[in-house]
Amino acid sequence: MITVENLTKRYATKTAIEAVSFQVEKGEILGFLGPNGAGKTTTMRIITGYMPASDGTVKVDGYDVFDNPIDVRRRIGYLPENPPLYLEMTVTGYLRFVAKIKGVLKNNIDAEVARVMERVSITDVKDRIIAKLSKGYKQRVGIAQSLLNDPPVLILDEPTIGLDPKQIHEVRQLVKDLAGQHTVVLSTHILPEVEQTCHRVIIIDRGKIVAVDTPQNLRLQLQGGERVSVEVQGPGPEILSTLKAMAGVVDVQKVAEDDGRHRYLVEGELRKDIRSDLARTIVQRGWGLYELQSTAMSLEDIFLKLTTAEAESETPNA
Amino acid sequence: MRNILAIIEREMRAYFNSPIAYVVLTIFIFLSGFFFRLYLAQVMQMALMSQMQAQQFGPRPIDMPGMISRGFLSTLSVILLFLMPMLTMGLFSEEKKRGTIELLLTSPLTDLQVVLGKFLAAGTFFLLLLVSTFIPMAALYLYGSPASGPIVTAYLGLLLYGLSIVAIGLFISTLTENQIIAAVLSFGMIMVLWLVDAMANYADSPTSKGVLSYLSILSHLDDFMKGVLSTSNIVFYVSLMLVGLFLTYRSIDSLRWRG
Repeated sequence: MITVENLTKRYATKTAIEAVSFQVEKGEILGFLGPNGAGKTTTMRIITGYMPASDGTVKVDGYDVFDNPIDVRRRIGYLPENPPLYLEMTVTGYLRFVAKIKGVLKNNIDAEVARVMERVSITDVKDRIIAKLSKGYKQRVGIAQSLLNDPPVLILDEPTIGLDPKQIHEVRQLVKDLAGQHTVVLSTHILPEVEQTCHRVIIIDRGKIVAVDTPQNLRLQLQGGERVSVEVQGPGPEILSTLKAMAGVVDVQKVAEDDGRHRYLVEGELRKDIRSDLARTIVQRGWGLYELQSTAMSLEDIFLKLTTAEAESETPNA
Repeated sequence: MRNILAIIEREMRAYFNSPIAYVVLTIFIFLSGFFFRLYLAQVMQMALMSQMQAQQFGPRPIDMPGMISRGFLSTLSVILLFLMPMLTMGLFSEEKKRGTIELLLTSPLTDLQVVLGKFLAAGTFFLLLLVSTFIPMAALYLYGSPASGPIVTAYLGLLLYGLSIVAIGLFISTLTENQIIAAVLSFGMIMVLWLVDAMANYADSPTSKGVLSYLSILSHLDDFMKGVLSTSNIVFYVSLMLVGLFLTYRSIDSLRWRG
């Protein structure tokens, strides 16, 4: 649905993104993850045709953003980082205006505005002045605006920023519901967001893509191996040496000790499940097994690992 | 066309949802009424004096409605000079400040439609101001019989003059996110175009003298006020308007590149 090739954007003094390429399939939710200033917004602005790229191409549904900007924009609903609201208008007045400039037919405007208001649950504030609405409602008016004229592609720049936890949950649920009929690209710097909503993640840092995969695969790839946390009662030193000697175990670390119970973090080989072997060994020795838990590395760890690893290997050029 | 109309409609709503429309309308109507009354008093005094002279030297007819309308309509151009920047200052600067420009520039609108929509919106409001002066002018027709020719050309001149000021203000509002700065810059720009022929008197060469006096935005109104339609004056205002619109269009394009 969206094909981005070799996208580069240079400003007078710095390069915002460099040689970014990726594809988004129809009906997919793609998460754009990166620290602030990584180039997420720039990439999205180029896809939506707000700004031209210095180099590279973007195709949406087969149309080139540079050659057929209007055709592309017709197919995209865009929520910029700051929802583009005319504060002095009523919610209905605003949505009617956006519907008109998006080319909704005159006879369908009322129905279309009612539909999107229903979709994001803002029908109860339809006659209110936007300036008087809460942050959460404003954000939803922004999302409603992007849904007008039912575009096949939605580009949402930080859709949950500044919302309270309940509203964040609602927006994420909404995004999930939108997938399937819409192709969604969303950006965020909040990690649980991509884990919970996205099918695929692109991690971008300082204008370059550092990883592309499903949230699950990313975790697997970067983790280095399975990590299992075990709590065992028995002779400490003996347990440690036994666990270390087991096949498939790479490393064992003692994490805590409490009243004869020891907690260890056991790291296994990549993609090898050592949990049943661990349990069997401990029980065979007659030690008490209190807890055995697989502790996956969170995306947060991966994210930090990726973005800081890059920072270390690169000479900073300010 | 539908897109342009949607933008005009939104801008008109924005004018009337904010105090700007009411302030500008009120001040304009008050000032134009004030000057109309002033010219009326002056011309009446002149008529009285000429009547007294007529007893000594015989009757000399004076064109009272014509003098009033000429003075009144010329003064409108000065009032407009002060008020028009208020109408154009927010057209793009507010959109830039609030980020709504991103909505306009990612909607299936061409940049030209956006520019024309904004231009015509301010133009429509300006037309409203002009129409409000029909009321004192109607009084002239009610109590006298002014020659309509010069009045029609004067209004045509004011229309061209106002639209070219709108185009300049529109361009300047693309340059900043601050409405006040846009207003002051537009005012300064128009003021320079207004006063440029004062410099012409001190120009060294006849060429620069000619250029400076040609650039004056007010001197081209004189002929219109006298009832003379000349192509060169029309060409001047239309070119000024087109330059303003073209610069606006290019400025939006550059806004996209700079992000």
